[in-house]
Amino acid sequence: MTLAFGRHDIPYLPRGVRIHHDRVRGQNVLLAPEKAIELDEIGLAILSRVDGDTTFDQIIASLAAAYDAPAERIEEDVQQFLTGLRARVYVMVRT
Amino acid sequence: MTIPAPIALLAELTHRCPLSCPYCSNPLEMVRKSTELDTGTWIDVFLQAADMGVLQLHLSGGEPASRRDLEDLTRAASNAGLYTNLITSGIGLTPRRLDALEAAGLDHVQLSLQGTNAELADRIGGYKGGFERKLAIARDIKERGLPLTLNAVMHRQNLDDLDRTIEMAVELGARRLEVACVQFHGWATKNRAALMPTREQTEAVKQTVAAAARRLSGILAFDFVPPDYHADYPKACMGGWGSAGLNVIPDGTVLPCHAAQSIPHLTFEKVQDRSLSDIWYKSPAFNAYRGTDWMPEPCRSCERKTIDFGGCRCQALAIAGDAAATDPVCVKSKDHDKVRQLLDDATAREENLIYRVNP
Repeated sequence: MTLAFGRHDIPYLPRGVRIHHDRVRGQNVLLAPEKAIELDEIGLAILSRVDGDTTFDQIIASLAAAYDAPAERIEEDVQQFLTGLRARVYVMVRT
Repeated sequence: MTIPAPIALLAELTHRCPLSCPYCSNPLEMVRKSTELDTGTWIDVFLQAADMGVLQLHLSGGEPASRRDLEDLTRAASNAGLYTNLITSGIGLTPRRLDALEAAGLDHVQLSLQGTNAELADRIGGYKGGFERKLAIARDIKERGLPLTLNAVMHRQNLDDLDRTIEMAVELGARRLEVACVQFHGWATKNRAALMPTREQTEAVKQTVAAAARRLSGILAFDFVPPDYHADYPKACMGGWGSAGLNVIPDGTVLPCHAAQSIPHLTFEKVQDRSLSDIWYKSPAFNAYRGTDWMPEPCRSCERKTIDFGGCRCQALAIAGDAAATDPVCVKSKDHDKVRQLLDDATAREENLIYRVNP
């Protein structure tokens, strides 16, 4: 199956996957089954918009506005980031 | 060197278990029920761990469901912000206990799989009826939507069922499958001749896992522990000694890995006597093989020294006779021929399983 997101796909964090503020290391992490993934500012910006209601397109638009960056560039980064998480089932999709 | 904060704590709540798998990771000398930590002490350990930066808590055993306070322990850990993972055979869990665990905030279940059918699974686990009970609880887990990993421990007697194992993981609604080939420590070393995969199986399992991981990408994630002894390079045991994780065993002893007590010259301290933080950062045992300064040649000048960290200290002791030696699985080790010999001996014979005993 292709894991790339379509424009109207709605990504979500499935049960058991969540953003967590790691107070000891002073950073945000994505906690998933038996895994903790460090989130940089971009990763956090993307995942904080993955709320189970917002479409892929809307996430891109929101990030493009927030970072005053071209949507094409943002889309490439977001597609790559979310597809990687989807491969591990840390992100799932509603269509 | 700067010592990193630990990420994961494996809490072996008890060594009691209804199963008696012949590759059990518990030590040969097990902790009896009478010396298990009480509820309050475990909770204090979890709070200390969270304060140190531990993110992932693995509630394990033995069979953790043998502890009647499992729900209380889960709740306390969850309240402390820890990601709680229950590592279980499923025996001892019931729908009612699952409800209570869910309410307590349990994040994830890792369910072991001994085989793909009752005959095989019950023979390996040494527990008649275990397979059917496991499947029933797996369905209860799926029904609740609790995230599930299936942990399939693989060896010569079940590796030929790998395709069916993968199918079962999908059928049971698991998001993740660990294809964990037996690591030869503790009980498993007694069963090398019964469990060692053949060379053909070793090649097949790598290909099967790689192909299935591609095919099921986005549906089922794979974690693969390849067969021990057959590799050219050792595994990065625990991601490096005292680097990412620590184990607390039922009586409160804190270890850098499951098998560390097999290294007789190290003294391991208990949570009743010293803070978890002091044990992690300051104890001689945790500092013994930390980083790269302790390494002998050929590790010291090896480009892989920060990839596999010299391999496994327990295996170095068990096979090379020196815990500070290069892991003899490595082709660069002067003791590598001993591994080849063990491999040849183990795959040339058929022996009956020696089951673990209960504490």
